[in-house]
Amino acid sequence: MKAPKFNYIRAESRQQALELLDQLGEDGRILAGGQSLMPTLNMRLSQPGTLIDINKVTDLSGITLEDGIVRIGAMTRHVEVANSPIIAENLPLIAEAMQHVAHHAVRNRGTIGGSIALADPAAEMPACVLALGATLVVESINGRREIAAEDYFKGLYETARAANELLVEILIPAEKSDNVSVFLELAQRHGDFAMAGLACVARVSNKTFEELRLVYFGSEDRPTLGAGAIAAVVGQTWSAECKEAAANALADDLDPMTNLQGSAAMKLHLQKVLTGRALDAAIERAEAV
Amino acid sequence: MSEATLEISLTVNGEQVTKTVPVRQHLVDFLRNELGFTGSHLGCEHGVCGACSVRVDDAVVRGCLMLAVQADGAKVETVEGLNETGEIADLQKNFVERNAMQCGYCTPGMLITAAELLREPKPVSREEIREHLSGNFCRCTGYHAIVDAVETTINTRLEEG
Ligand SMILES: Cc1cc2nc3c(=O)[nH]c(=O)nc-3n(C[C@H](O)[C@H](O)[C@H](O)COP(=O)(O)OP(=O)(O)OC[C@H]3O[C@@H](n4cnc5c(N)ncnc54)[C@H](O)[C@@H]3O)c2cc1C
Ligand code: FES
Ligand code: FES
Repeated sequence: MKAPKFNYIRAESRQQALELLDQLGEDGRILAGGQSLMPTLNMRLSQPGTLIDINKVTDLSGITLEDGIVRIGAMTRHVEVANSPIIAENLPLIAEAMQHVAHHAVRNRGTIGGSIALADPAAEMPACVLALGATLVVESINGRREIAAEDYFKGLYETARAANELLVEILIPAEKSDNVSVFLELAQRHGDFAMAGLACVARVSNKTFEELRLVYFGSEDRPTLGAGAIAAVVGQTWSAECKEAAANALADDLDPMTNLQGSAAMKLHLQKVLTGRALDAAIERAEAV
Repeated sequence: MSEATLEISLTVNGEQVTKTVPVRQHLVDFLRNELGFTGSHLGCEHGVCGACSVRVDDAVVRGCLMLAVQADGAKVETVEGLNETGEIADLQKNFVERNAMQCGYCTPGMLITAAELLREPKPVSREEIREHLSGNFCRCTGYHAIVDAVETTINTRLEEG
């Protein structure tokens, strides 16, 4: 189908975008890569009054490393994140996850900020920023606000960003050199949204998980920390029993949604399987260092 | 709401074009309906099938997920343009030889997406070719022949340097 009628304004600067967002309120909608927004317009699932195109706002994109923090501008496209040496070196989890984000042509337009602003429950980047303890920076005409990833994802497509706020950048602490990370997902077709997946960051010594973060996505309404599974594993020497205990604990951590991608029971099963695989891989990677 | 419009200037397949377009018009509709470049097809209109793939400033994008007004100032290429310049003549020949199309609906999108792999050809596995083309649906061929045609083209270009 074709998009409904709307007004279109190409913002020339960040300030102009913020002013427009403030004036237009709920009626204004940021157009970033358009790879999620345009499908919903074409299918007439949403009908904003005015699109505020931020593709020409140059100071919203780019990747830099400063004092151990990787800063990624909201308008940085998936393809740039995927090809960035700074990301490859400092955020291997994101580099690994990027291989699962959409298809070639979609990655050429889609942005990391759009992904995190939208907070699709099956998207990879929200899970990664939660696993890595990132900070999301939003801005309105009233100023700048930093939101910890833990406090940002509120529910299905719901975030702590207010309607008049623009997501401007994502701050992610570089992964420590003695950490390992693993990213796994299952999708129907390469590049499609995940049925189930997880982001794992760990510190391992002598086959023992000393620190661990497991963030699940695809099955839940938002990226979700597997607190029980983590508790079942940390401090234990990795073993078959340990793997089983983690899988069993997941039943309390997760509350999978049934949707076209699969039933709740199937998704819980897949997350259990992925947990075992991810932790095996983490041990293997730690030993390879 | 009345139809909002905007004037845009861009190059399409090497020609300068200036037109006033409805702001909600998709790039692919603009190319097909206003300029007659009907090589880019419309399948799903929500980003899933890849039939509408076009090149904007040297990057392949979904023509159904970009507005024509967003291409203001850009360099746009369609399969007609790639055909004209001869950039993918060998790929086209291999598609024909390997029978890598039946109805042909997906073919322009396949060609333009595969062309990215040919620009700086380096050895790729069939798996990588499949991954690269994963955003393009073909409902007829079963993909095998398409992967064959792309693989042959890359290998020949590598051999011939
Ligand atoms: C076929 C297909 C497959 C895909 N598969 C995947 C996948 O596997 N994984 C995945 O993660 N994504 C996938 N995507 C989605 C893609 O990654 C999108 O690019 C991304 O989710 C949204 O980014 P965008 O820049 O395109 O945002 P847009 O579509 O432009 O915007 C999305 C929403 O976020 C808002 N927004 C965008 N940027 C900002 C900002 N800076 N501040 C405030 N609000 C903002 C917009 O107003 C809009 O409501 C897929 C898309 C398609 C078409
Ligand atoms: S028509 Fe654009 S991706 Fe299907
Ligand atoms: S040849 Fe018919 S869709 Fe590919």
